[in-house]
Amino acid sequence: MNTNKKLLSYGILATLVVGLLAAFGGTDLSAAFAAGEEVAATTGGYGPAPVTTAADYPSVAGANGRLVVWIVAQLHLWFAAFVLAVPIFVFIIEVIGMRTRDKRYDDMAYEFIKVSITAYSLTAILGGLLLFALILFYPHLFGYLSTIFSDSMFYYALLFFAESAVLYLYYYGWHWLQGGVRKWIHLTLGLLLNAVGTGLMLLANSWLTFMMSPAGVDAAGVFSGDSWAAIHNFLWNPINIHRFVANIAYGGSIVGAYAAFKFLTAGTDREKAHYDWMGYNANFIAICALLPLPFAGYYLAAEIYAYSQQMGITLMGGIFAWLFIIQAVLIGALFLSANYYLWCGMGRSDGAKRYHKYIKYIAIVLIGAFLVWFTPHTLVLTNSELKALGGPHHSILGPLGIMPAKNTAVNTMIIFTFLSFLFYRRSNKVAVVRWERAGNIAQVALFAAGIANILFLGIYHGYFTNTVYKVAASIPQVMTTFVVIVTSLVLDSFIYRGAKDVGPLHWGRIPDRAQYALFLLAVAFTWLMGLMGYIRSGIRQHWHVVDIMRDNSADAFTPTLGYAANVVSIAAIIFLTMVIFVFWIAQVSSTKTLPSGYWKE
Amino acid sequence: MRQFLTVISFMLLTIGAFAGFSNLGIPQIEPAPPPVEEVIDLGSMNMEQFIALGDRIFNGKGTCTLCHNSLGRAPDLGQIGTNAQARLDDDRYAGDAADIEGYLSESLTNPSAYVVVGFGKAGSDDTESPMPSTSGGSIALSDPELAAVIAYLQDKGGLEVTVEIPTDVEVPEEEPAEVASGEPRAPFTTFQELADEFACEACHTIGEEAGDLGPNLSAIGASRDAEYIRRAILDPNADIAEGFDEGMMPDDMGEQIYAIELEIMVDFLSQLK
Repeated sequence: MNTNKKLLSYGILATLVVGLLAAFGGTDLSAAFAAGEEVAATTGGYGPAPVTTAADYPSVAGANGRLVVWIVAQLHLWFAAFVLAVPIFVFIIEVIGMRTRDKRYDDMAYEFIKVSITAYSLTAILGGLLLFALILFYPHLFGYLSTIFSDSMFYYALLFFAESAVLYLYYYGWHWLQGGVRKWIHLTLGLLLNAVGTGLMLLANSWLTFMMSPAGVDAAGVFSGDSWAAIHNFLWNPINIHRFVANIAYGGSIVGAYAAFKFLTAGTDREKAHYDWMGYNANFIAICALLPLPFAGYYLAAEIYAYSQQMGITLMGGIFAWLFIIQAVLIGALFLSANYYLWCGMGRSDGAKRYHKYIKYIAIVLIGAFLVWFTPHTLVLTNSELKALGGPHHSILGPLGIMPAKNTAVNTMIIFTFLSFLFYRRSNKVAVVRWERAGNIAQVALFAAGIANILFLGIYHGYFTNTVYKVAASIPQVMTTFVVIVTSLVLDSFIYRGAKDVGPLHWGRIPDRAQYALFLLAVAFTWLMGLMGYIRSGIRQHWHVVDIMRDNSADAFTPTLGYAANVVSIAAIIFLTMVIFVFWIAQVSSTKTLPSGYWKE
Repeated sequence: MRQFLTVISFMLLTIGAFAGFSNLGIPQIEPAPPPVEEVIDLGSMNMEQFIALGDRIFNGKGTCTLCHNSLGRAPDLGQIGTNAQARLDDDRYAGDAADIEGYLSESLTNPSAYVVVGFGKAGSDDTESPMPSTSGGSIALSDPELAAVIAYLQDKGGLEVTVEIPTDVEVPEEEPAEVASGEPRAPFTTFQELADEFACEACHTIGEEAGDLGPNLSAIGASRDAEYIRRAILDPNADIAEGFDEGMMPDDMGEQIYAIELEIMVDFLSQLK
């Protein structure tokens, strides 16, 4: 990195620190931060990771540093996920509108981006607050990380300005850049916005994954000077993939909650129809991203295990094991609410009655699969619990607790959720091809073969092979699910080629309670992200940077799950309050008051 | 406004339900505090205490049992006594050790020197071990701690303990957070204390406590003599009672209890008639 950039980076940081020192005159931050600069000043610019003591973690205004950083980081992450996801599906919807020349899509895309524009400011404010909090409470850690990532932090700042510029052009130029070449320019801006946003996410991800799987440093933490090595650390790509998919699902769920609220408060049938349509599309986006999400999560967990067996076992079989029972409840809530919304939505079509009889069976399978996912295997128990259970795992249900059973359950849930979607898609159509019956038989055979294969793989590898090969079923199971979904979609598109509509779709003809499924989806996603973020960070245990820089603060201990859940709950309530503010602002911006007699005529 | 309040209430209730389940439906386990650096007082330690120290590190700070357990994540070390020499002689062995002590030492600090078939990293064809070096990273065992673990493994495997207790360890000037003397725990003095400690009643019915995974011991003294009971504790798979499965009871009780505790158990159970 050249000297000018470095000076600029430190200049920005120094300005922030001076401001903070002015605000908190009583704390000795200057000495603490100087230690961070010392790191950079030794051995050709890079020294070993700082070794801290409890005294190196400043106490500011009696606040608990870990709690402040935890909540602010979580709030920043929720908003960042939202504002990074919305432009992705806004771009896709805009393309659909452009291809179909259906202005409703363009209007909906605009409404989505309008909702996210205030959230963007809040994301930036929270990012600044997070920076303040890190410098205040963890000066040595921040000093160390900024030494290694000074390059990427500089480019992050540049990308941030670029993101703002492109977003404002994209949003404020929406109605200006309409039709012909102008629409192409607008779409290009949308693409650019997504590219810059994704670049920001990738850089920020590299900082946190470096803390989990440090690279580009030696055993003492001395940086080699290779920035790309530090960025491209072992867990960078698994987190990138997981976050990219999860962000889309999350963004869809939040916008779905917005549409649900607007639906409930709509004054006219036309408004109801519009927001019902918007809610359906948001839910569709959320489900499309939700389906591959368990696999992205599984890949991330497998990579954590591959990087450090110790960290992997701490994650899945150690103190965090109970947390995955909570996760199972949340994922169950997500799948059930997403399916419930689809089933209620079938009421929009007069032809949906043909499929009503199948819904109860899908519900039974989903609940059964959820219960398998929910079943624990070996858990940390007290003696009395051990006695009550008759051993470390239940003699009958215990076998359902192993990973192959859970993989089987989640693949089953995904396939049956897709089946719900397939019924919804068919509900208003009547096939006209002569081979419809043969096509349906092929569909049934495809699903039956897929489910049989998933069950066989799960049972064979789960119960008839030794431990080392127990997870070998996961990849073929995923591939089976993928093949079933893709083949079924292709087959169905041929069966329903040129199909007749049963009648017009009655947008807005959906019970109010279905909207609560969308609220549940948004709240469960928010809470789940908070919880899983805690796990991801918590498995570092008493390390700021795993095996390199130890956390010697008074808060280096791992809290109980109840404590973590309470922090996530408080943060979620703060976040949802801020989201309501964002929605309200979006509504206020389009409200006009005409005060009679106030202005001169 | 009514709709708004209804939606807010629904969201708060949902969050409350998640938080309630996490607090009330899930046991609140206090995770162990971060490990503190220990200063080992080797000067006053005999070999028995040194082995006990290795046992404690193996089951604690070393985090060995995360993987070396009955779940099969890593090779079972119960047979290390017979396996060590065979591995040293194996053509696949890629280390520099000349004897079993060296092999064990190498296994702790350079686990890829020999990878047991089926336990290598995926795609490495069993040439690379997933086990980290225990002398670095987050485990970071010191040389005396490594030596204690080797002594423990040799003892556990029924091998001659060839490790010597280090005598040239520097003690830091700072006041240690905790001094580990390697002192074994005080023996239990009653059968009930032992039953509680080792959760015997989770599986066995003994008096009022009822477990059904293992044989009912309420009147074991009426049908079995002291010798049988002693063997059943030390080598539980030697005789399997009808209707019960092999391998259910831990086979390392002999390593976990003192001789006097074994006799307390045998005496108590022999008198149950």
